[in-house]
Amino acid sequence: MSATPLRRRHGLLALVLLVFAGLAQAIMPKEFESPEEAERYRKLSHEIRCVMCQNQSLADSPAGIADDLRYQLLARMREGYTDEQIRDWFVARYGEFVLYRPRLNPSTWALWFGPFVLLALGTWGLVAVVRRQRALPPARPESDPEES
Amino acid sequence: MITRWLPLIVFGAIAVLLGVGVVMNAGRTQVEIQSPLVGRPAPDFALPDFAKPSQIVRQSDLRGQPYLLNVWASWCASCRIEHPVITDLALSGRITVIGYNYKDERAAAERWLRQLGNPYHRILVDESGRSAIEWGIYGTPETFLVDAEGIVRWKHVGPISPATVERELLPLLDAIGAGR
Repeated sequence: MSATPLRRRHGLLALVLLVFAGLAQAIMPKEFESPEEAERYRKLSHEIRCVMCQNQSLADSPAGIADDLRYQLLARMREGYTDEQIRDWFVARYGEFVLYRPRLNPSTWALWFGPFVLLALGTWGLVAVVRRQRALPPARPESDPEES
Repeated sequence: MITRWLPLIVFGAIAVLLGVGVVMNAGRTQVEIQSPLVGRPAPDFALPDFAKPSQIVRQSDLRGQPYLLNVWASWCASCRIEHPVITDLALSGRITVIGYNYKDERAAAERWLRQLGNPYHRILVDESGRSAIEWGIYGTPETFLVDAEGIVRWKHVGPISPATVERELLPLLDAIGAGR
């Protein structure tokens, strides 16, 4: 009597695991030649955006196009491309947008240096306000506490 | 006096900045990636002709006249939506329309063309989707305008609407001197 629900639960678990196994396989289908290659692949596939889903990296996306691009990534690695050449290869086809870490060039200066400019402006403003406060005579009227 | 108004001025400046950002993004699809290919030569490819699979079509075979490359697949629902627009364009005779059958099965693609009609001058077959990566294709439908020198002039992601044709494509066709 008790064996049936348990078996049913096992069946359900197996089904769930099977679904995830399919997903895992879609994302990591590669046979690596060495641990170094696996590590480099892992690093690069996290740096490149899936062009279809856009908020996922190549490594995380189960989309069909991501699978194609992961295959291309490994192919470029095996052809002896450097990391920078691989990034260039993707940028030439899909634009700067594919890089999760935008590169430093005139169109991204505001992105890279903007925060520092804002920080400097904020600090300058803060210092100016504090200085002015200090230069001012004490705001509290001196006779008040005694008289009330 | 100015210190009293400073917070309001700063708030106003930030509000204006954010407002400009919102206005600049209005009506633009976030899905669309600006193609780095526009203004550059179309990528090389060697793909079988749908009508005669033993015949390989290359980029150089298409040069000499402008063409519209329309990426489609029988499994793509939005391709059905834009099909009449593509057909009208092809029938207008202003531009040669080349089909790019992406990751499709031959039988399904044939059925689709029989059902809806075949608007294409010829169709390239990319079953694996490998060449599509060279074009920066990441879905269907996508449409490219390539001029007579083989330079990509325009790319559109998603179904083309009659309004898109009117507003974007026709002025470009005039500019590159396609048809009439």
